[in-house]
Amino acid sequence: MTYIAKPKLHHPSLPKNDVGYTRRDYDGAISTLCAGCGHDSISAAIVQACFELSIEPHRVAKLSGIGCSSKAPTYFLGNSHGFNTVHGRMPSVLTGANLANRDLIYMGVSGDGDSASIGLGQFAHLMRRGVNMTYIVMNNGVYGLTKGQFSATADKGSVAKKGAVNRDAGIDLASMAIIMGATFVARSFSGDKTQLVPLIKAAISHPGAAILDVVSPCVAFNNHAGSTKSYDFVRDHNEAVNRLDFITGSAPLTADYAPGETVDVPQAGSTLRLRKITPDYDPADKAGALAFIEQKNHAGEVATGLLYLDPLPKDLHANMNTTKRPLNTLDEADLCPGSSVLDRINASLR
Amino acid sequence: MQATDITDPNYFHKVVDCQWACPAHTPVPEYIRLIAHGRFSDAYMINWKSNVFPGILGRTCDRPCEPACRRGRVEDEELSGSRKEPVAICRLKRVAADYKDDVNHRMPRAPEVSNGRKIACLGAGPASLTVARDLAVLGYEITLFDQDPQLGGMMRTQIPHFRLPVEVIDEEMAYITDIGNINFVHKRIDSLKDVLAEGWDAVFVGTGAPRGRDLDIPGRKEATPNFHIGIEWLSSVSFGHVTSVGKRVIVLGGGNTAMDCCRTARRLGGESVKVIVRSGFEEMKASPWEKEDAMGEDIPILNMLVPKAFVLEAGKLVGMTFEKVEAKYDDNGRRRLVPTGEPDEFHECDDVLCAIGQENAFPWIERDIGLDWDDRWDMPKVDRVTFQSSHPKVFFGGDAAFGPENIIWAASHGHDAAISIHKMLEGEDIYDRPAPLQDVVSQKMGIHEWSYDNDIAIDPRFKVPHLEKAKALSDINAEVELGFDVALAWKEAQRCLNCDVQTVFSTNLCIECDACVDICPMDCISFVQNGEEDDLRGRLMAPALNKEQDIYVSDILPTERVMVKDEDVCLHCGLCAERCPTGAWDMRKYFIEMTHAGNACRGL
Repeated sequence: MTYIAKPKLHHPSLPKNDVGYTRRDYDGAISTLCAGCGHDSISAAIVQACFELSIEPHRVAKLSGIGCSSKAPTYFLGNSHGFNTVHGRMPSVLTGANLANRDLIYMGVSGDGDSASIGLGQFAHLMRRGVNMTYIVMNNGVYGLTKGQFSATADKGSVAKKGAVNRDAGIDLASMAIIMGATFVARSFSGDKTQLVPLIKAAISHPGAAILDVVSPCVAFNNHAGSTKSYDFVRDHNEAVNRLDFITGSAPLTADYAPGETVDVPQAGSTLRLRKITPDYDPADKAGALAFIEQKNHAGEVATGLLYLDPLPKDLHANMNTTKRPLNTLDEADLCPGSSVLDRINASLR
Repeated sequence: MQATDITDPNYFHKVVDCQWACPAHTPVPEYIRLIAHGRFSDAYMINWKSNVFPGILGRTCDRPCEPACRRGRVEDEELSGSRKEPVAICRLKRVAADYKDDVNHRMPRAPEVSNGRKIACLGAGPASLTVARDLAVLGYEITLFDQDPQLGGMMRTQIPHFRLPVEVIDEEMAYITDIGNINFVHKRIDSLKDVLAEGWDAVFVGTGAPRGRDLDIPGRKEATPNFHIGIEWLSSVSFGHVTSVGKRVIVLGGGNTAMDCCRTARRLGGESVKVIVRSGFEEMKASPWEKEDAMGEDIPILNMLVPKAFVLEAGKLVGMTFEKVEAKYDDNGRRRLVPTGEPDEFHECDDVLCAIGQENAFPWIERDIGLDWDDRWDMPKVDRVTFQSSHPKVFFGGDAAFGPENIIWAASHGHDAAISIHKMLEGEDIYDRPAPLQDVVSQKMGIHEWSYDNDIAIDPRFKVPHLEKAKALSDINAEVELGFDVALAWKEAQRCLNCDVQTVFSTNLCIECDACVDICPMDCISFVQNGEEDDLRGRLMAPALNKEQDIYVSDILPTERVMVKDEDVCLHCGLCAERCPTGAWDMRKYFIEMTHAGNACRGL
């Protein structure tokens, strides 16, 4: 691990965003992950995305479980709220936090062990409920903290560093999220920030459950020939269905793409402009998305990009018709509105 | 762009801005690290080898290294609460000189048997002394001639003792004469022809720029008793021939000599001393810190005033009139000083010190001895690389070669001329110049452990303590700058970025994980599609705007991209190498030592 703090000096031309912060203001502590870990690149992508979205750091809550991935929130957004929860339980803690205060921007950071093994049930129910959040899985296919055993997302037939072959089927978190009801599902690669940063921005602005499955090579235990989560393998087998441009504000930029190759999808005051790479891939087609992912998995390829998007998502609060105000701002008068209100409620139930 | 050739000795040398800017190419970061470690003698010896006069230069150098220092480009005013400033390189050099142990036993000595070759050095200033030092250790018999009774030249005569104490000069002169085989002759040379007739194997002319410019305006002749040429007056003060000056003094000129004149006048009885300059304050040639020191001694600097006449009453100087001017720029951007039309200004004075420039003067060199002359400048023709004149045995250096510069240039000329003399007398081609010695060593000691301190201090520049003003002004020999103490020197040394510890990239090891890009505090590393330099400079993580600084481009990587690093703002913190999983980045100390006269310069 690196012992010195990142120097506070920065490039003389470092720009400020609309709320007066530089990208460096979104940094966290210096990473203690292994050198070259894909998770650090994802952290840097999150920093870049939050900077570009001009999010005030104090409006973000980052929650995580246990594992290398779940250490990562320490290394970005040092001025935001953080909660390192119990293994696999980030979704329930986050759901509670979201119910209590919907004004914050929720970011859950988890790994393949935390989400696909111990926390699989929590993962599924969070998607099902449509909690408004960005769920980032830093997916490296191994348990890095315990020295590289296969995790539940390791592909069948892939080879461990010492030569063991994985006999079990891998869980595809993107397909699973689509089935469970997530309204924004994307997959990306830690080594491709030009794809990853716009996806994170779009996921943050998505008013529903958004999941990003990010393949993030473990340099220490899963970056060898025979691995399907290595830098080389993902670069060679990356099948991007589309490229996303995230456009803030209501007036979309004039783009010079040929007509027919782009699709503009409005989302919460912004525009997602999808540049198609795979012809006829329609991210609004749930069944088509699932079929495509399965087809690519079968061919030994990794489908990336915005895989599924429900343009009219409904979130937990909308489903439950809860108050718009954070619970800690409700006073006694709000919580005990008096017998006349109670009578009215009782009457409505008769 | 083509991949950068890092085996070119100049590539990494240029990254060490201070060393590259130094005419003698002193290994600055190396000696600053030694100072931080308390190894003052070692720091002194590195300096001594390279610039010959560390104690003198640590007080008087014009410091071309400091404007070049990377620190002055990367500091953050908001963090330090102060403007961007370079490391106090010059004053750290003085620390090495002040706190070293006895270094006599480390100094080289001449061989017991000389090589029989005799070299005459005319003038005993910094250039001649450097030639003498470099050649005496090789067995040459050196004779230094000077019109003044002691060694040192302008260092002794023109720099006031309150800036440069005599003991410091004496000590560093002794390091040279103690080598042996060096004779000093107190004699004014009036004919180069006669010198050549004496049969020297080579003659080195290091006679400086000894003529101070005069001022031809009305009243000049009548004012003579109270008109003094700056450098001559300073020399007289230095040797004790002049001990007082009038109460009201005008100093003409905006260079460092003018600053020395006015501060000296303040110490010899000048109560109202003014510096009056033709040009604006910013264009003055004096170093900013020397102007600051003068103003700190209650000396006003008046600008945009052109001397018009001396005013005398009853045959005695009472003042001078000046025409007020302003700067106008023509279409080519050239500046002209144009009268404003306002009434002339009158300034009272008892004495005038004239420091408006120095010139070379060679009335003692005959024009018929086979030495080609450049009539335009009235200077001998001297080769810029070899310092040889058209007479094969005559070499020039220091101010005598190309006009007034400063001490560090003289030392640099001296080294180069010594190489030429040595190679010529060994019968070799003197245009075959030796490459510097380069040493490239990884600084990796273990995982995340480096053999240099890579933690970046954000302190603003520390100020050198000064002697209390009243005390300083009452004693002309009292040194004004007290120098850093050891604790302050350590803190200032921490500001050095260790630019000689280079970031070296190995394309074949890189797995393009982006870890270096993510960690770099200065955003100076990018992985992008290759292109032409101008295009590439604009497409990086942060634009590489300073075109004087190179960008480091790798070979093509497996993803068809190249690594591009902007050397301009790199802190040399080594975090790219710490976060690199494969060792594609490594921090390697690049030690560059210029070759001096000796076997190395002959390729032996």
